[in-house]
Parts: sequence; structure tokens; C-alpha cells
Amino acid sequence: MARLAEFQGKQVLASVGIAVPRGRVARSAAEATEAAARVGGAVVVKAQAATTSRAAQGLVRMAADAAAAGDAAAAILATQVGAFAVTEVLVEERVAIATERYAGIIIDDRRRCPLLLVSARGGSGIEETARAHPEAVAELPFDAVEALPQHAARELWRRVGVHGEEQRRLADACVRLARAARTVEARSAEINPLVFTADGKVVALDCRITLDDAAVFRHPELGIEVARELGHLPTELERIAWAVERDDYRGTFYFLQMKDGFARGQRVVAFHGAGGGGSMMAMDALQSRGFTVANFCDTSGNPPASKVYRAARVLLSQPGVDGYFGSGSGVASQEQFHSARGLVKAFLEEPLAVPAVVRLGGNGEEKAIEILTGYTRSLGVPVECYGKDTPVGACAERLAALVASAPAPESQPNAVRPAPATQPYSFATPTGEITYDHAVCARCESKACVGACVPQILKLSEAGLPVLAVTLEEAKRGRCTECLACEVDCRALGAGGGHVELPVPGLDEYRARRGMA
Amino acid sequence: MAILVNESTRVLVQGISGREGRARAKLMREYGTTVVAGCTPGRGGETIDGVPVYDTVLEAIERHGGIDASVVFVPAPQVKDAALESIAAGIGLTVLVGDRVPVWDVLEIARAASGRGVSFLGPNTLGCLSVGKGVLGMIGGRAASARAWFKPGKVGVASRSGGMTSSTGYYLSRAGVGLSSLVHVGGDGIVGLPLPAVARLFEADPDTACIAMFGEIGGSQEEQVAEMMARGEVTKPVVAYIGGRAATSGVRFSHAGAIVEGGRGTHEAKVAALRGAGATVIDAFDALPAAVARVVEG
Repeated sequence: MARLAEFQGKQVLASVGIAVPRGRVARSAAEATEAAARVGGAVVVKAQAATTSRAAQGLVRMAADAAAAGDAAAAILATQVGAFAVTEVLVEERVAIATERYAGIIIDDRRRCPLLLVSARGGSGIEETARAHPEAVAELPFDAVEALPQHAARELWRRVGVHGEEQRRLADACVRLARAARTVEARSAEINPLVFTADGKVVALDCRITLDDAAVFRHPELGIEVARELGHLPTELERIAWAVERDDYRGTFYFLQMKDGFARGQRVVAFHGAGGGGSMMAMDALQSRGFTVANFCDTSGNPPASKVYRAARVLLSQPGVDGYFGSGSGVASQEQFHSARGLVKAFLEEPLAVPAVVRLGGNGEEKAIEILTGYTRSLGVPVECYGKDTPVGACAERLAALVASAPAPESQPNAVRPAPATQPYSFATPTGEITYDHAVCARCESKACVGACVPQILKLSEAGLPVLAVTLEEAKRGRCTECLACEVDCRALGAGGGHVELPVPGLDEYRARRGMA
Repeated sequence: MAILVNESTRVLVQGISGREGRARAKLMREYGTTVVAGCTPGRGGETIDGVPVYDTVLEAIERHGGIDASVVFVPAPQVKDAALESIAAGIGLTVLVGDRVPVWDVLEIARAASGRGVSFLGPNTLGCLSVGKGVLGMIGGRAASARAWFKPGKVGVASRSGGMTSSTGYYLSRAGVGLSSLVHVGGDGIVGLPLPAVARLFEADPDTACIAMFGEIGGSQEEQVAEMMARGEVTKPVVAYIGGRAATSGVRFSHAGAIVEGGRGTHEAKVAALRGAGATVIDAFDALPAAVARVVEG
């Protein structure tokens, strides 16, 4: 989640010269006691959790001394916020407050520039304040490249009735906040409350910085593990999926777990969408037929078959689903047979044990339907595929019918795994490795791989065996597009000598820990 | 006429030597778009599928004369520099196909475009297409598909979802409702030509009689269209669908700009604003072709 915890946000503020209370992070009652002793005197103990109204939830507690701080931390660390436990508290010095203000930098989608928003009434919800006291709130659009001018910030505070030394100091903090937002490339950076202390200083008592997911790659110093707004801390499977996306720029793969701890028979399905708009409509269609989606997933933007394959493997690592449903907008610009091949490879390797309905409408849909339905007949569970002329609602109906009628398969075929090659011929792809067993290829009559290879980088050697028609280096650098035809079409139409190894780091270990093969 | 692209638009492709640039330049040409040159720094002097490649945008303009639009196919971290180059060269429309462009980069691009008096479409856009005239970007995927899917007529399509731009165009055409231009404004929160800007273009286009709009939760684009209708700046009928009714607040579904933050940009608010301004808002996407047909046939 690309939102900084309060203590991380305060480190960012401190780095641009905005005063924050002295404080330390603790992960246990004992650590909190020690932290409070080091801070000295009366402290406040605050849960580091992505939630609002912490005080009302008992997640912010005052403590008169170190021992009381330990008790407060123990109580907070025993609290659940939503489905997640609180794991960290911030122990901070208490500050003598004279006035509480608000300052925030947000990005204005109408004017396409950053906006400084201030309120003379800080503290609770800025939106209610804006409604109840519009005179206390003012905003200032400013240039995305030039620094926010001090004079403009002073004038803004004057307009909401703040004067003198407090005005001067608040304006200075706002200029620094704007610089911080620009530096870490925040989508929003808010300080609430921004207080003027009894001894005449401006201090940020709390802060909330949301980063731009797309810019996180430029900020390794922030230590963001998963650059996604998930609404919760990333799960183990989400981390595995994120690594796939992070390491392969081709197309987009987005994965979000929405449900955990379910079992067969509860009408929970794995959802594989393509494109944001179409995916939302598809999830609506599933929900209106009594299904719950285990996850949100989107593979779009013309991803290679290898990325769709990895996405499907992640989706299939959610035990307990009753079905697999895929649909995008229905009329995709991208060639849909790539997605079909990625799904076939993942379904056969698993092997898929529940009904699947996938709508692959758009370019190449006839071929996509033929590949996905034709190459999965050995599975023993129904795999249906539709094109652009079948509405998403009708596809959801089909899944409902199949889930209702499909008995558990009597005998699952064995998962498709390659035998060790006796005469291996291997080359690296951009994210994996292709191995032909030329001993098998010698028996193959179709040599389907050579014709099916989408980028046409294979040829038959003098001995009549498939080999690269480009250099090893060219294949690795992207001439091989990982279309997977050399495995998927080979298995269906040839002798089965081709295999593409596409690792998903951490997935096998994750599955083993959860008792999946 | 049509908007943003037509048969006489002269086009530059930035990043023409990459995987996407090469493939999409081919699509554009096969659909009839006039692609006059490509640009990839370091690759000047090459020819890709018959298109001459230059190191810089200005060099391409000097060699080929006026260029009306540049379509940028470069990875997200390089989009800002490519866009600023096209804008600095004064090209009237820059199409940013790239996904995951950092938002502060987009703000810089917007600032430069505004200073130079030029426009940009996207980022994170499939582009735009004027039926039978030309395409910028990748709508349709293949020229043959684009010809088969989109039939000529008087309805303009504007969408915040790329896939739904094609879907809307296809389902309307299949129902016998023809199209003037299709525009995907881009999936991000900050875009160069948002729905209100596209509505303004359709309003001024004599070939367009009605606007079919696919909106999404989040942001304020749909509300702005409603405000323009209320002010009389958009007088042509608008038929809209707003996606994301079931989405959870605060959760971003993929790269779409579809996020509800702090109660702003909700489904209900958008539907109410548009209906209040006189737009036809349908609840089920499947009902769109019939609703548009009723409006067009009056």
C-alpha cells in the first residue's frame, strides 16, 4: 500500500525542516516502555494503522510515565483494525497546543496542478469543517515545477484569519510541505493537526502521505514493498503477484485479494479481468448471480502470454474457489490468443479442478476460443470460452449453471510437468527459459511449434529439429515474446517436446506451506 | 470533420523502434492514417517498415514539414521527456499511450502543453479513432478489426476505460448506430483531454449529433460534463453509463482512475449530476445501444 505510516511520514516532514514531536516506534509493550523512558515525561502512544478516527477507537492513548506507556501499548497492540492486527505504535512527547490547524497538498484533477489546502480549524474531519465553516478553509493552486512562494502561503493563511508570527511560521511549514510532496512524489500530503504550540512553534502532530504508485520505483529510500493501494497491508500472495508485475514491464498485472478463509461450496470464484472498466462490470455480473469474488485481477495493456500465465497461477493458488471466471471489456484491441495460451498452460499444470468460463472477446477471439477450449479437454472439468457477441451477464449465467451441475471430477488428470529432457536444447527468454527435448522432437511429425511461434524465431535444423533462427542474445532481449506456442501448441498438436519454464518467485513455497501441490 | 484525427492528419510516432511502437505504427497506417515519420533517439537514419526514423522531433518536422499529431510509445519513465519534446516542437496533439506515468510527470507535461497552447491525450490511453479516416494509438488493435467493428455515423464516443471505448463502439455499430469519432481519454486521474474537453470538441463537430459516454467512479470529469450541459456549453444529447457502482471506497481497481476518495466522485453523485443536467444515464451497459438509438432517431 503506497501510504506512508505516520512515523514514516514524519521522517519525510523532518527531512524538509518541519518540526515533529520527538518519538520512537515500538512493536511491544516492553519496547514502548523503553521508548517512553527515552522520550521522557508524559507521552502519547499512537497505533500505526491505516484508519481514521484513531482516538475514538482507543488507538491513541495518553500515558503519564513509562510504565503507563507500556500498558497503553499493550492495549493498542491487542486491537484489530478491520481484519488486521496493529503491529506498531509510535510513542511521542506531549506537546502543549495553543491552536490546531490543517494543511494539505493534493493534486487538482480539474486544473491539473498541485493545490495547497489550509483550514484555520484543524483536528477532526476537514470535509465536515469545510461544509460547516467555509470561511475557515482556503485553497491555492500552485506551479508543479516552481517552488510555492512564501508570500502566497502567507496570504492564504491571512484569508482564513491567521495573523502575525503564527501566520509566518505556518506559511513556512506549507512551503516546506509542498517541497516534501514534490520530492517524494505524493498524490496527497496532509498534516492534521498542524499545531501552534504554547511556546510559539509550529509542529506537525500527525500526517498522512499517500504516494503515487507509479513513481515509487524512483524512491527506493521510502522502502515501499508493494506500490498498490490495496486498502490493507499486502498479503503474502499479493506480494508474490506484485513481484511479477514489478519485474515485467510488458502490459499490466494487478492482483488484489478480497476474501480469504473460504471453502468449496460457498460460491467464491477466482476472477480474472482485463482492463479496469470491463472488470468492474464483470464483477457486478458475478455479484448479481450470487457469487463472491475471491480476488480482483487485471491483465491488460497487451501483456505477453507468460504474464497471463503467471497471473493465472497466482489466482489458482487460492484454494476453495468454486469456479474461475474471466472477462474484460469484451472487445479487446489486444490479440486474445496470448491470454488463451497463458491460461491453458496454467490450467494444465495446476490442474484446474473447477469449471472455468472465460470471455476473450476482441482481436483473435476465434483462435483464442479454439485454443482455450480445444487444448483443455483432458482436464475433466468444463472450460468454456466466449467472444464479443456473448454479453458478460450470459457468461456469468453459464458459470452459475456449471457450478450448480458440475460434480467433482472423478479422476483428476495428473498435473502436466515435463519429464527431464534426454536431449535438451535450451535458450533463455526475457523472463524464463525454453527447453526442447530433441529426442521427443525427433518423433514429432507436426513440428507445430515452428509455424505457431508468433514472432517466427524458430526454424528446423538440418536434422529437422526446432532451433532458434535468431541469436541467443536476440531471443533473450525480446525477439522471443514468450507467446508460449512452443509449449501449448506443441502439447496439443505435436509430440510434447517443448517446455517453457516461467518461475514465479515465492509461489511454490507459499503453496507448499498451505498444503497445495 | 470528426475530432482529433481525420484523413489529412499528419502523424509522427515517437518510440517507433520499440515492440509496441512498431506494431501500432503498422495498425495506424493500415487503417489509413498518414504516418510521415518516426522518432527514436539514437536510431536516426533507420527506416522501420518504410517509415523514416529521426533522432529528434524537430529534425522530423524540418524534413517533412508540418506534423499535426505525435503518438508516443515509450515506457512510462521516459514518457515525460518524449512528451515535452513533442510539445516544445509545437505539435498540436500529443497522444501518450504509456501506462503508469508518474502523476508529477503528467503535471509537468500539462504545464508545458498549457504554456505552448497545445493538447495531449492520455496518458494511459488507447488513443482515438475517426471512423474510416484515421486512428492515433491502438484502438481496434488491427486495421481489419477496426473497420469491421466501427461503422460510420453521427455518434461520438468518449470513455474513461480503454476496453469499454472499443466495446461501446462495437455494440453501437452492431445495433446499427454509426459513429463519428471514438476517444479514450485515458485511465489515469490526471489526463490532458478529459471527458469535458472531449465533449466540447464533439459539441463543435458538425459530424457528431450525440455523445455516448462511458464514465467511472472517482475524479470529477462526469460532473464537469454535467456542469457544461447546465451552462448550455454542451447542447447535444448525452447518453452515459457510469461504471463501478459496486466498487469499495478507497480501493483502486487496477490502473483505472476509478477511486472514490473522501466521498468525492461517487457513482450516485455522478449519476445525479448528469441526470440533473438532462443526460440519459442508463443503469445496465447492455441498454446503451437502444438508448442511444432512441436519442439519435429522436
